[in-house]
Amino acid sequence: MVLWGVVAAAVHSPLLPGPAAVAEALVRDTRSLALPYHLACTLLRVVAAFAIAFSLGMVAGFAMGKSSLVDRVGDPWLIILLNLPALVTIILAYIWVGLNEAAAIAAVALNKFPNVVVLTREGTRALSPELEDVADVFRLSWPARIHHIVLPQLAPYLAAAFRSGISIIWKIVLVVELIGRPNGVGFVLGSAFSLFDMVTIFAYSFAFIAIMLAVESLLVQPLERNANRWRRKAA
Amino acid sequence: MQTAGAEKLLELRVDSKTYVSAAKRPVGVLRDFSFELAAGSFATLVGPSGCGKTTILRIAAGLDRDFRGERRVSPSARIAMVFQEPRLLPWRSVEDNIRIAMHAASVTGDIGEWLERFDLADQRHQYAGELSLGQARRVSMARAMSVHPDLLLLDEPLVSLDEAVAARLRGELRDIADSRKVSILLATHDLEEAAELSDRLLFLAGKPARIVLEKELSIPRRQRDRKTVTALVDEIRTQAPDAGN
Repeated sequence: MVLWGVVAAAVHSPLLPGPAAVAEALVRDTRSLALPYHLACTLLRVVAAFAIAFSLGMVAGFAMGKSSLVDRVGDPWLIILLNLPALVTIILAYIWVGLNEAAAIAAVALNKFPNVVVLTREGTRALSPELEDVADVFRLSWPARIHHIVLPQLAPYLAAAFRSGISIIWKIVLVVELIGRPNGVGFVLGSAFSLFDMVTIFAYSFAFIAIMLAVESLLVQPLERNANRWRRKAA
Repeated sequence: MQTAGAEKLLELRVDSKTYVSAAKRPVGVLRDFSFELAAGSFATLVGPSGCGKTTILRIAAGLDRDFRGERRVSPSARIAMVFQEPRLLPWRSVEDNIRIAMHAASVTGDIGEWLERFDLADQRHQYAGELSLGQARRVSMARAMSVHPDLLLLDEPLVSLDEAVAARLRGELRDIADSRKVSILLATHDLEEAAELSDRLLFLAGKPARIVLEKELSIPRRQRDRKTVTALVDEIRTQAPDAGN
């Protein structure tokens, strides 16, 4: 912060605003509710895209891990999706579905989806056949199997998908907003960019980073800890 | 399930059971194996490690259906199995491991009683992944018994336990065998254990394995002391020199 302040004061350029100017913009846009509004728009898209990608990806990954037929059929598509540049899916979604919210969320979800599939498939392949025997002998119901046997084994894979997935989504959701949405952090950054408004770019970027860190430490890490609480602590 | 004398709980006929080895070659495990387990009786499969005892138990449990032959179990029979490794859910507590099985079998009962019986009261809330092998084995046996099975399959449940724990578990097995409410099929390579507990011994040998000797033990379990067990073992050894150890 100090270094930033000193350098900004020294160069005295509109391209590198100082901490005071950025803080002022943060306060101003928070008061006018513009910042909370755009952050909320972005966050809602993140949550929606994430929920869709995660639930569909888990089902598809589980099916591919369990059945070699599904795996053979699905694998080429998976490879295409994995390697398709995000921009291509975004443009196609906007052209085919229209410049609307559904297209934006679908485009983000589609970028995240293959990553969930790959990790869930790996986890499913690693499921213990020994514990499946136990479930068979004791005739566990399907919900009980999933709750007590499958999910605890998939937890590390799902945690990895959760973490790597959320980082993909953070990155892509802004691009989606930049290209075709009238609100959200990506939209604001886009308009600020065309006006060379560095203060706004800094202010919204910091707010966005703060939200990311909050999600990471308040949501991702506690979830991981909870899933791993039965493991012996490393000495 | 009651103990109507000759009622068959399990009928098993395996004409042949093979598996395909990693080198893609078929390997025979069992041939012309057939036996029946009467309700309330205790039979033991004896044979060296790797002779196919586990395969028979898995077929009896319905876990392995890839064989030529026939398996008949009364459809209402409840099956429980103690695997060679305890196979607990490491991410669930001791109590939950037992409760999940009881719940699946719709059995209500006091888990505390089972924990007490298997000396696990102190471990009740521990994760199963944190237990020693001996403790885990006891949980595995408590889990199997807690569902009140009609057919109890035991795969070397006492192997590599210290003598005190093994003796205690043998006592539990004797008690439930005497109750005659459950039919037990035990696999072991320990001839003494087999002679101490069961009504009938089936000796397996060969590759693919088959039953080479069958022996009914007529002395009631309760009356078998160390001396009778040793005498039984000696007698069996003369009949089947390569049986067990």
